[in-house]
Amino acid sequence: MEFMGYRRSDGTVGTRNYVGVLSAVVCVNEVVEGIVRQVQGTARFTHHQGCCQTPLDIGLVNKALKGLGCNPNLHSVLLISLGCESTNLEEVIAAIRASGKRVEHLAVQETGGSARTIAQGVLLAQEMVGEASRRQREPFPISNLVMGMKCGSSDTTSGLVPNPAIGVTSDLLVAAGGVSILGEVTEFIGAEHILIRHAANETVAQGILKLVERMEKRAMAVGEDIRGGQPTGGNIKGGLTTIEEKSLGAIAKAGTAPIQAVYEYGERPTVKGLVVMDSPGREPEILTGLAAAGANVIVFATGRGAPQGFPFVPVLKITGSRTAAEKMSDHIDMDLSAVIDGGDTIPDAGQRILEELVRVASGAMTKAEISGYVNSMDIYMLGPVI
Amino acid sequence: MAIDAIVLNEADNVATAVQDLKAGQEASVRLNRLLNTIGIKEDIPYGHKFAVKPVRSGDDILKYGEVIGRATADIAVGCHAHVQNIESMRGRGDLGKGA
Repeated sequence: MEFMGYRRSDGTVGTRNYVGVLSAVVCVNEVVEGIVRQVQGTARFTHHQGCCQTPLDIGLVNKALKGLGCNPNLHSVLLISLGCESTNLEEVIAAIRASGKRVEHLAVQETGGSARTIAQGVLLAQEMVGEASRRQREPFPISNLVMGMKCGSSDTTSGLVPNPAIGVTSDLLVAAGGVSILGEVTEFIGAEHILIRHAANETVAQGILKLVERMEKRAMAVGEDIRGGQPTGGNIKGGLTTIEEKSLGAIAKAGTAPIQAVYEYGERPTVKGLVVMDSPGREPEILTGLAAAGANVIVFATGRGAPQGFPFVPVLKITGSRTAAEKMSDHIDMDLSAVIDGGDTIPDAGQRILEELVRVASGAMTKAEISGYVNSMDIYMLGPVI
Repeated sequence: MAIDAIVLNEADNVATAVQDLKAGQEASVRLNRLLNTIGIKEDIPYGHKFAVKPVRSGDDILKYGEVIGRATADIAVGCHAHVQNIESMRGRGDLGKGA
């Protein structure tokens, strides 16, 4: 199978072709907004970090910005900084330039305030979009797809239809030589003993257990045990019997392929196949983490209907609930409820997701893109704001 | 055609109801393209599970082809499989942590 994508000089392939306007720090989000609003063909990345954080978290900000800037869906990057942030601009700029992309940088305190920075940024971005728009799509094998996976606003149908169907899609993509990224470490808890059976080797198994242990310890450090009371009373009322069952419903997205490697948040996979990336379950942070890891498409299973998309990576929404497909029709791309009330099957549905993913990768717009509901973004933090 | 319950893996011994099911009714249960009919012995609410194979006390309960717990009592085909007759295998000192 092939899709029509944009060739990038580092060997990656974009499914979109935006000029990325990136905030280096929370303080310049309005400048970024001001530029993006006035230039078609740009996509923003704004967030709430980059200053008054622990060194560990600043490291995560640097890593995320580097990864986002290198995402193949961006043709080039305009980085906006304030001038006094903790973000390491040299490091971020150098890493994005090393991927072969043009990087421009404006610092608001040097340029002389937001109005002047917006004006200069608009002119720069216009020129960059002109350059980007001359690029043409070319056919590429789907081995160039890097698929991020996510589920949100889940209900009983999530574990029955869209998650197992995405598992089939992931298996098909992996068999074709692509990359599939499983995040949401919180959802491994209780099923990690099952997940590690899919580990390609002992290092991967230990890596998965370490991620889960770290996530649990982090929660316990603030006096909470996220494992306590799982499954919740509501889960049991809904029919979930054990924590194993609950977690299995979420990790059904991983399919049956062996897990080849374990990565930190926002780290780009260096192997093909199914991989695990450290990330929480909340939408802005995981979507950002997947994009920073180089995902050029994201599949998102939902039960009740989650609206979130990401600025420059298409997010394909999939449900097994007819109610959600009908009530949330401006947000849901694929209705797989026929697995329950029609003649459809999970293997067939998984194949159809892959076909739709190829169309989306080739330029078909997702509901999130059409509605402009694409600003679910933020960088994951481990420590406090100080 | 609407179905009453879904089995996710051929190894599974439980199905998940996708409709509210009543004791005494026949339920159409699907595993991919295979459609079976099972006599329901107890009321099964939407989203809850029932046995599709005879389960003995101490047997593993399989869903997604994986062990989701262990039976604490015999469960006959068509009977409700939930917290009253299944226990988690996690957080059990006698089983050890992890795999």
